[in-house]
Amino acid sequence: MALLRHTTGEIKERKALTVNPAKTCQPVGAMYAALGVKGCFPHSHGSQGCCAYHRSALTRHYKEPVVAGTSSFTEGSSVFGGQSNLITAIDNIFTLYDPEVIAIHTTCLSETIGDDLMQISQKAKDDGKVPAGKHIVYASTPSYVGTHVTGYANMVKGILKGFVTKTGTPNGKINIIPGFCEPSDMAEMRRLADMMGIDITMVPDTNGVLNGPMTGHYEMYPNAGATPAEIAGMGDAKATIGLGRWATADGVNFLDAEFKVPGHVMGLPIGLKATDRYVDLLRKLSGKTVPDSINFERGQVVDLLSDYSQYFYGKKVAMAGDPDQVLALVEFCITLGMIPAYTVTGTAGKYFDERMTELLKDVPYDCKFKCGGEADMYLLHQWIKNDPVDLLIGNTYLKYVARDEDIPLVRHGFPILDRVGHQYFPSVGYSGAMRLMEKFLEALLDRLDRDAPETRFELQL
Amino acid sequence: MSTKPTNVEEIKKELIAKMPTKVARKRAKSILPGTEVGEPIPEIQSNVRTIPGIITQRGCTYAGCKGVVLGPSRDIVNLTHGPIGCGFYSWLTRRNQTDAGPDGENFIPYAFSTDMTEHDIVFGGEKKLRAAIQEAYDNFHPKAISIFSTCPVGLIGDDIHAVARTMQEELGITIFANSCEGYKGVSQSAGHHIANNQIMKHVIGTKDVEVEGKFKVNMLGEYNIGGDAFEIERILEKCGFTLVATFSGNSTVEDFRIAHAADLNTVMCHRSLNYVAEMMETKYGIPWIKVNFIGAEASAKSLRRMAAYFEDQELIDRTEAVIAEELEKVKTVVDEIKPRTDGKTAMLFVGGSRAHHYQELFKELGMKILGAGYEFAHRDDYEGRHVLPTIKIDADSRNIEELEIHPDPERFKPRKTEAELAKLNEQGLDFKGYEGMIGGMGKDAMVIDDINHYETEKLLEIYKPDIFCAGIKEKYIVQKMGIPLKQLHNYDMGGPYAGFNGAINWYRDIDRMVNTKVWNLIKAPWQADGPELEATYVA
Repeated sequence: MALLRHTTGEIKERKALTVNPAKTCQPVGAMYAALGVKGCFPHSHGSQGCCAYHRSALTRHYKEPVVAGTSSFTEGSSVFGGQSNLITAIDNIFTLYDPEVIAIHTTCLSETIGDDLMQISQKAKDDGKVPAGKHIVYASTPSYVGTHVTGYANMVKGILKGFVTKTGTPNGKINIIPGFCEPSDMAEMRRLADMMGIDITMVPDTNGVLNGPMTGHYEMYPNAGATPAEIAGMGDAKATIGLGRWATADGVNFLDAEFKVPGHVMGLPIGLKATDRYVDLLRKLSGKTVPDSINFERGQVVDLLSDYSQYFYGKKVAMAGDPDQVLALVEFCITLGMIPAYTVTGTAGKYFDERMTELLKDVPYDCKFKCGGEADMYLLHQWIKNDPVDLLIGNTYLKYVARDEDIPLVRHGFPILDRVGHQYFPSVGYSGAMRLMEKFLEALLDRLDRDAPETRFELQL
Repeated sequence: MSTKPTNVEEIKKELIAKMPTKVARKRAKSILPGTEVGEPIPEIQSNVRTIPGIITQRGCTYAGCKGVVLGPSRDIVNLTHGPIGCGFYSWLTRRNQTDAGPDGENFIPYAFSTDMTEHDIVFGGEKKLRAAIQEAYDNFHPKAISIFSTCPVGLIGDDIHAVARTMQEELGITIFANSCEGYKGVSQSAGHHIANNQIMKHVIGTKDVEVEGKFKVNMLGEYNIGGDAFEIERILEKCGFTLVATFSGNSTVEDFRIAHAADLNTVMCHRSLNYVAEMMETKYGIPWIKVNFIGAEASAKSLRRMAAYFEDQELIDRTEAVIAEELEKVKTVVDEIKPRTDGKTAMLFVGGSRAHHYQELFKELGMKILGAGYEFAHRDDYEGRHVLPTIKIDADSRNIEELEIHPDPERFKPRKTEAELAKLNEQGLDFKGYEGMIGGMGKDAMVIDDINHYETEKLLEIYKPDIFCAGIKEKYIVQKMGIPLKQLHNYDMGGPYAGFNGAINWYRDIDRMVNTKVWNLIKAPWQADGPELEATYVA
């Protein structure tokens, strides 16, 4: 009997009920972004549950310590406002945990009662609750607007707003704002820039924070992440690249508008073509030559692709995830010759439909896609019930669909609760493209081996 | 083993030394030494607000209501009314297992939400909630729908109970709502109380059927995490008990409806379900006893008390036979493992009963408990139920509805006479009794309510226990310090740990955790302490 036994192929229009969402709420994204700043303590302004849930979700995904504070609202604070709770919290946090920065985000509760973080932060400073040389940054992240991707974008902008200045002396650096992706992905984006000899500032940068080593000591603030001083210098940079439209456009545009740092928003560099665009943009902005070492890696991707395209060609894929992630994956799947038959993302945006239409225009299949509130995994499952696919790509929650429908699943996105690797091995860049190809190929070939009749059980590729 | 500091007062001073004065003053009241058996138990501060900014283990009222109590019910569509986050985060994370059988309903793998957006917050969400209930009905045809409100719903004033009422009339199925906004109360505990009230009001006793079986019991406060309830079900059946309903592991709404047919209520998690036990006794005349199926000896003791209650020699004999058979299996494993665990040390800071129950299992392995505390308990969970009349009701507790329960005019039926109850009580049944955690822990143990991250880190530095038990949020912090952490909220990937087979699972898991070689690998050879040694190879 099926795990999702109540899901049938009969699709009834739903306007009010979300079932098995392909998204979650803003503050978890904000908390994640804040962890990419060195010495930063995330703080959730609302009830305890939000903070507990967000810490749990991030911990389960990264298998690493995630600490954060909460304003611990009770009924009184909900009625009379959360100012006194937040000021107490700021005082306690600086006294006990001694961070360089507190990054505060709101919840649907503090947003609904209208708490003003700018005003409360100012009051905390005026009351002497912020020690000299320490900082508070903040972002408004109501859960009833947008998704975890929006929350990430809002906190990124909050961090930039809190630190970036312009001295007028260009520092020659390039700013990189990575989208909502893994610490390993951020490391890979940096590695490519390093290979080209480009001096970058990456914000946020969770590499080393959420994939740290075992040392026998717990460090609340690992020696990683962007420092406030580095972030401050972003106003003097040559340009900004944002990788992931939903997650980074706000930050990129802010630096462009406030500090006249020219901004470039592109997709996450997942797959061959997207990585090409990333490397090419780095090349153009920096005036540096792409080194042979990068051409070598690129060549390996094409080599692998040419060797194994027969296993990808015409295979139908269904995927759920964040729009920045799935748009890039859809493009890569098409590059591999696969058919992205069904795609859902809980995060809305007109660009999603436009870009999907553009990507799918030469795909010989009536592909379905949907974004926003009604685009949940229940709908995706119903589509699959009516017409099965060969491969699923998405977070851990798709494992129920995978088992019920007997379709291989490649885990990708957030959250991945039941596997490891995402923290350590990138899926961006050329090495990431090779890793993804390997994972797709493993999934498809394992299935082939499992199902092959004895006479056709092959020893070789 | 190195000597550990045992002066609780000095350690307590160290824990609070760096805290701001007001914080330190408050925390001091929640930190106590344990007591020896039979000694007077001091008062501990608990069920009070968490201090803002302090990194807490606690969650919220919604988490207690939807996540803990009603989440494990398998055939109720549990619909979260609010923005998407709360519904998402309470989706399958507690590892509540269920066996729906070939045709049974099972909504546990689904997350249902009204996914409120800005428009709903501004103009009100009742219309959307109504539509969502209709859509849930059209798509899934459940027997019951339960609605959970989240923080903003309480603020904008959606009348979820009125919506539930009208939709129940329209659709003809059971629909009820829980006002479990996250900000109510000071922890998850408020949510347990709210869920229990609603189950009591809307479900229990709504169907009268003759339930077969001579020795009918309910299991309260057992959530089938990692399959615990399956093991308890196995044992009860083997002994000859008939389990009418479990609240709420592997449960169905039909079981809840007929729960008043049981003749004895047994309470596993005192904190989350003592309310239902109390209310059912008043309304239906069903006595209750506190049981504990965590630990082989504890399981045996609980079974004996349950059998004694029914005063049936055949049942008593069969139960004894089962205990003997099961304990023999257990003993073989303990004998094998205990030499490797004997004398090792543990700390447990978790839940609202688990920090107590699991001490039994550690003791069976010869391990010493250096400290324990609850995340969301009330004073009675620490000090015993006799303190109930002296607990002051504060504003946060007053927000939670207290049901006025009277004997049901048709269904109230005292299971035993006063004299019978008194006699059984003398024989050690201890009706309505719970002695709490502190008594018997010993004076050198630390008891800390609502422990926070700062105190945890300090304690670990001082005591360096061989194993620490808490939840996922604490897990990797503790392990980075080179100390293994066992999750007791969802057991990591392990379990069941209840009953006899559960005990065996536990022994094996703890043996692995305290004896694994991984913690010795933290330092590279070149990072080892001491002077560098130079040597030459002499042939």
